[in-house]
Amino acid sequence: MIYFDNSATTKIDPAVLKTYETVAEDIWANPSSLHKLGDRSHQMLEASRKQIAQLLGTKQDEIFFTSGGTEANNWAIKGTAIQKREFGKHLITSSVEHASVANAFTALENLGFRVTRLPVDKEGRVSVSDLRNALDSETTLVSVMGVNNEIGTIQPIAEISDLLENYPTIQFHVDNVQALGKNIWPRVFTPRVDLSSLSAHKFHAPRGIGLLYKKEGKMITPLHDGGGQEKGLRSGTENLPAIAGMAKAIRLLLNDEAEKADKEAAIKAKIVQYLQDKPGIKIFSPVNTGFAPHILCFALEGIRGETLVHTLEEQEIYVSTTSACASTKVDEASTLVAMRVADKVATSAIRLSFDESNTLEEADQFIAVFDKIYRHFAKVNHLGE
Amino acid sequence: MKYTEIMIRYGELSTKGKNRKDFIGRLAGNVTKVLRDFPEVEIHPKHDRLHVILNGAPFTEIDQRLKKVFGIQTYSPTVKVAKTLADIEKTSLELMQATFKKGMTFKVNTKRSDHHFEYDTNELNSLVGDYLFTNMDSLKVEMKHPDLVLRIEVRQDAIYLSNQLLHGAGGMPVGTGGRAVMMLSGGIDSPVASYLALKRGVDIEMVHFYSPPYTTEKAMAKAKELTAILASYSGRINFIAVPFAEIQETIKEKVPEGYLMTVQRRFMLRLADEIRAKRNELAIFNGESVGQVASQTLESMFAINDVTTTPVVRPVATMDKTEIIALAEKIGTFALSIQPFEDCCTIFAPPRPKTKPKVDKVREYEERLDVAGLIQRALDGIKITAIRPGEKFLDKQMEEDTALL
Repeated sequence: MIYFDNSATTKIDPAVLKTYETVAEDIWANPSSLHKLGDRSHQMLEASRKQIAQLLGTKQDEIFFTSGGTEANNWAIKGTAIQKREFGKHLITSSVEHASVANAFTALENLGFRVTRLPVDKEGRVSVSDLRNALDSETTLVSVMGVNNEIGTIQPIAEISDLLENYPTIQFHVDNVQALGKNIWPRVFTPRVDLSSLSAHKFHAPRGIGLLYKKEGKMITPLHDGGGQEKGLRSGTENLPAIAGMAKAIRLLLNDEAEKADKEAAIKAKIVQYLQDKPGIKIFSPVNTGFAPHILCFALEGIRGETLVHTLEEQEIYVSTTSACASTKVDEASTLVAMRVADKVATSAIRLSFDESNTLEEADQFIAVFDKIYRHFAKVNHLGE
Repeated sequence: MKYTEIMIRYGELSTKGKNRKDFIGRLAGNVTKVLRDFPEVEIHPKHDRLHVILNGAPFTEIDQRLKKVFGIQTYSPTVKVAKTLADIEKTSLELMQATFKKGMTFKVNTKRSDHHFEYDTNELNSLVGDYLFTNMDSLKVEMKHPDLVLRIEVRQDAIYLSNQLLHGAGGMPVGTGGRAVMMLSGGIDSPVASYLALKRGVDIEMVHFYSPPYTTEKAMAKAKELTAILASYSGRINFIAVPFAEIQETIKEKVPEGYLMTVQRRFMLRLADEIRAKRNELAIFNGESVGQVASQTLESMFAINDVTTTPVVRPVATMDKTEIIALAEKIGTFALSIQPFEDCCTIFAPPRPKTKPKVDKVREYEERLDVAGLIQRALDGIKITAIRPGEKFLDKQMEEDTALL
């Protein structure tokens, strides 16, 4: 079995699972309970928060636990829009965001907010000058992802940060769900970033847990009203076993981060080397520093991505169409469509996504299997003639 | 820099006459205690110096511990070298390079007890001085107030080099000042008073009153952890926990509100005194400071002190709160002291305590109580724990739990 679908979800690490189990069994009390069992849970919660803050280079008070990346994104965007609505109703995002960002903006549009969606170039990257032109006196929020989930483009977060230095009242949100542990953190998490989302199941931790970084002093409206957990900003009993698991997973993730990223990059490079210059194959994730090391998106023209996914699955190789969340709606393969890739090519795209446990041998096996498939379909489609 | 030994100079010894031997013996014992986990270290007490031979033990770690031992005035990390000029020069240069910062001045100061050594003090001063001067950039000689003094001691067995004079904790070795009980709450003042008692060489045992279920386990854990911080100045401290709830409940029931506090304090002092007597100790220490709260007016102290003739020593009696806080920060107890756990002093505190209680009134109210019985039952419930330096009580569980992360 070869699992090349790590951007959809990763396998939970056994050590993380052990932490999850132990905390669930031994430290089960509600962190808000007054008794000493509750106190123990509370201490564990804060110890997890402290560890995560140290690893990410933030303050402990800046980490807020959520149910995952989707909630963190929704909260950052809607929370800012509502909090700052008195000051303006103009919001800016890119045209290649994950559905949890894109649809949050659509929802706000329906409530009367004005949304500018920045276009992207043929590598899927927004331009800082487009952003500069879009800013106006009513703008309260800019939200641009760090690493694109479909093709792995690294967005110019540092350059956007420089621009936004001149607009201190605009809140800057970066969806970094695909960006942690890929040895690019300083490029996607600058001091100008006010809000940033992470999701634990993308790095070998349980699903159902994530976090929002919120810079000290920045205000967002809570979306959950209730018991006042997380300093009154995100009510709901904390998911302590998952939080502890996430804290452990981040520690493990950032241990030898550079080596892990190099390993993923080597796998990607090997497959790209095989694919490039093959008639009918279009690579959207070139091997260069503008792209994350773990995502490789390409299309075999004339064959639907879905068909390729199922053909590879017969050989126990698991990949995605451009993103798991959009795979049932291939027509809206959003990043590629935004890049003005022709529909018939966009619907042919598949995404391979690696983690540190993948190997070069797996890359070889993939190439061997794919080569047969390629030759078969090439003949059917009269490619290279 | 690899130091071979530490030379320790005593404080306040000139006045101690015949007790000098006790002082030195006790200091050597206390140093041994704090360095217990370095079995390779040898400790040699001499009449004018204490020599700690490192035998490879790490100087920085040992330095951290020695800093806190009372009775040490100054100390110098030292390197022992063979009796040749080349060895002296080579090691002197290493020593100076390890501590030198740009712009510093220096001089060489030689002492010679081996008068057969081929160079005399003046020769050594100028030979080594010249050598350092030519081998180090921007080093300046200064005779009056140099930043660094390279000391060369020529003795029979070898030559000893040092260029740092570090300040010790001063005071008297713990144990040379007799034994006493210390009334330790969880507040800011009593840990500071404990520190000052230890500094004068008094060996203390903590008496802590607790009142479950009115006070939580955390309040007691906090007092124990404060004791563990203080134990780093003395080696080990006994923590005597005295149950106090029954006494407080009885007083609340039977004594008028204005006098609740005074009567409670008298019971605490009686209990402290009983414990002192049983343990053959000579005094009671506490953290009272004149005028700080209602129980600490002179009238209150007079009414409370009425239950004993034992000396009650109050090291912080005349200090301002800001001075006490500054010292608490310096000795590392402040952050812990301000953690908000209810202690037994606050739970039955009346809203308007008498600041000028009358002794005859207090005595009259106490006649309604079975004083002897209450005292006896509290004494029967005492628990004694030996607490070691740095031991954790508050976050013990958390430390285990965070190993999961």
